[in-house]
Amino acid sequence: MTSTDLPPYARAMGMAIVGTDNGSPVIAMDFAPRAMGRPGFLHGGAIGGVLEMAGFAALAAELERQGNPARIKPINISTEYLRSGLPETIYARGEVVRAGRRVANVRIEAWQADRDRPVASCWMNFQLKTP
Amino acid sequence: MDSSDVNDRRLERLAMAETFDPRLWAQHMTSSAHGGFIGMRYRDHGDIWIELEFDWRADLVGDPETGVLASGPIISLLDNATSMSVWTRLGKFRPQVTLDLRIDYTRAASPGKPIVARAECYQLRRSMAFVRGIAHDGDISDPVAHAAGIFLAVDGPEWIK
Repeated sequence: MTSTDLPPYARAMGMAIVGTDNGSPVIAMDFAPRAMGRPGFLHGGAIGGVLEMAGFAALAAELERQGNPARIKPINISTEYLRSGLPETIYARGEVVRAGRRVANVRIEAWQADRDRPVASCWMNFQLKTP
Repeated sequence: MDSSDVNDRRLERLAMAETFDPRLWAQHMTSSAHGGFIGMRYRDHGDIWIELEFDWRADLVGDPETGVLASGPIISLLDNATSMSVWTRLGKFRPQVTLDLRIDYTRAASPGKPIVARAECYQLRRSMAFVRGIAHDGDISDPVAHAAGIFLAVDGPEWIK
């Protein structure tokens, strides 16, 4: 994916890029039953999906700025669920901590109505493959 | 009464049951909401483990050039399977929330193949449960993902809104 083009899974889940914050795209996903886990709350996997998409987008934007054509593959993700996800729009934004030659490390946070009360945060490691 | 009310009441009945029936619970959990969207299905279970699966689908793809699935649906499957492994081991439903979940993507999933998650609760305590799981596309010795996580027990009223 590029920093402006979301893959089929993200579009099917209703995710969209709604802006850019300090160089990183902000991903939003409106609430719908397809994202619900236990009754009345967002599914942890749907939250993970939004976090990952924000991580990809942040890294893609950083590589585009660097003029780096590398393809990116996720190596792993570790998510902390901080609050229950409410049935409303969720946002996520990633911060590239380091983009090296082979690996990039990204931190991502998701929030809902109040940005100062994050719903989940995670780190992701990516493999960079130069074509 | 709409279908979501019927679903909520069925869930309430399952949650109040004296025993935990992984197959029935999975049927409910996968018939609507996010599990229904992903298309999750029950596969098998044992004393402390359970298997769920879903089929490859074009709208779950993360890389349109290769047809490789997005990792989001794999997180969802492992989240559900590890969660249900706790109740499978306990033999009873207990309200809980995901505290943390770590997933290593050990290789890309083969396009077109169903993804199976086998999850187990390897330690059960009063306030939390420790889980691990493997996702594969046909051969568990060649996994696509590995998960480790912790679920935190919560009061019933916190669990269902």
